[in-house]
Amino acid sequence: MITINQTHNQSFEKNTLLSEKSEVISIRKLGVNINLIKVHSPGIAGSAKPGQFCNIKVSETYSPLLRRPFSICDVQGENIYFMFDVHGAGTQILCKKKKGDILDILGPLGNGFDLNCDFDLAVISAGGIGAAPFPFLLKKIGRKKEIISLIGGRSEEHIITYGMKNIFISTDDGSNGFKGNVVELAEKLKDKFKGKKTLFFACGPNAMLRALKEFCITNNFECQISTESAMACGFGICQGCPIPSASEEKYYLICKDGPVFNAKDVIV
Amino acid sequence: MSGINLAVKIGSLELKNPVLLASGTVGYGNEISQFTDLSKIGGIVTKSISLKPRKGNPPQRIVETTGGMLNAIGLANVGVEEFINSKIPFLKEVNSTVICNIAASSVEEYVECVKLLEDQEIIKAYEINVSCPNVKEGGIEFGHNPSAVGTITSKVRGATAKPVIIKLSPNVSRISDFAKIVKAEGGDAVSAINTLVGTAFNIWTKKPKIKNITGGLSGPAIKPVALAKVLEISRNVDIPIIGIGGIMDWQDAVEFMIAGASAFQLGTVNFVNPNAGIEILQGIFDYCIKTSISDLNELIASYQL
Repeated sequence: MITINQTHNQSFEKNTLLSEKSEVISIRKLGVNINLIKVHSPGIAGSAKPGQFCNIKVSETYSPLLRRPFSICDVQGENIYFMFDVHGAGTQILCKKKKGDILDILGPLGNGFDLNCDFDLAVISAGGIGAAPFPFLLKKIGRKKEIISLIGGRSEEHIITYGMKNIFISTDDGSNGFKGNVVELAEKLKDKFKGKKTLFFACGPNAMLRALKEFCITNNFECQISTESAMACGFGICQGCPIPSASEEKYYLICKDGPVFNAKDVIV
Repeated sequence: MSGINLAVKIGSLELKNPVLLASGTVGYGNEISQFTDLSKIGGIVTKSISLKPRKGNPPQRIVETTGGMLNAIGLANVGVEEFINSKIPFLKEVNSTVICNIAASSVEEYVECVKLLEDQEIIKAYEINVSCPNVKEGGIEFGHNPSAVGTITSKVRGATAKPVIIKLSPNVSRISDFAKIVKAEGGDAVSAINTLVGTAFNIWTKKPKIKNITGGLSGPAIKPVALAKVLEISRNVDIPIIGIGGIMDWQDAVEFMIAGASAFQLGTVNFVNPNAGIEILQGIFDYCIKTSISDLNELIASYQL
């Protein structure tokens, strides 16, 4: 009575979102607890933009149950890189993947950084694993703009400089670079940002994003922040990842309306 | 592929197959259609609509637990008016049977919602979410009170000729008593079950992991409970049952039909595998071939106790 066909190919034509079985090409450590996994995912790589993310099924079973969201760290040809730290059941499994393993990846999801706005200087502000989306962003910005990268972490071992340019480091304990956090570092360096069309691109813990938003408002710098949240689906149906609007009595969804927002538009 | 009847009936509602996608796990159809073809499955149940828009709960709204997840979304939705203006046009295009789920904080609000939606031909049935706080009765959920469920069923029944499905809460001592009331008050079917109330703590901060303190548990962890509730209703009440609760694959779906469900809804699995509906439909079709079932209705309540 019915004909059941796999509809995926049909969907591919209409849309840019994919559920793609992707082969692991390599996985390596960037630091004590930081991993970089490279997967062959031509469909997603073909349409990905900096700041977008993918929702990855780390196991072939339903344990753990949900996918795990990861920023797209970089794209090279048909390959995608994801950077992650190990902090739970999902990332424990992911860090043990080997070359040839297959990952089911949904993406590219959400809205990335907006590069169409007018700026001369991009100030990258990364806290810990918040460094993840920036290698791809810096590649897209290219050499046409000036770049300064502010990279913060609790200590030396939490500093991730992979893919960054013109780097300034801060650590909470002073074990590398400036002793303090990224926002205090920005305050110290702010003369470098003045007199230019400066645009901040930030990703990191909420406390850092909150403080950086205040810093940018005080100093009249534009600022785009990449936010994160627990989420189930990653594409707008579970409604599990709200972030309050700064101007209206409503929530945005981080997965669909973000994860990148103009810092002025949301309450972090 | 011919020769097997997969069509089922829920009261007067005819479905081309028993695969439905559950309310709150399919939005209003648009996002999930990027990953699956909704015209192939039996139908979709839209996210709960209330009379006025609802902002929903503050974060954190969800957390994964062993074999499941807790959610406290807070019925975030666009409200009836916006639903009609901006969501119905897309629903008309997906070529799927649409069941509209309604949430409310008073009996009158359920009825008002149904009245406002009555002209929408695309809506083939209503599923009434009774797991909502009754504002006039101090916030006790309608679904915990048999007489409230009876009143809602009869009032909504009086407002529409379309099939009325009541989505039952499992957080009661005897779910079949509620199904009996639904039948007595003219309801066409019951959906069983809604989520189970649960919570989870962060042991370092000693705070609940979700802001609302408690949430609804869904996913494979609740499947045995849901199956037992479906079976209880099936053995005690002559009313069509739509089985829901932790279905992840076709084998789970077949179990629900054996336990008494005429159709079933997929929920949490849609978040992980948005094409699950079609894969499960294919699995059921193959199961019918393997077990020489020519009409899927033979499977409903075929339990051998």
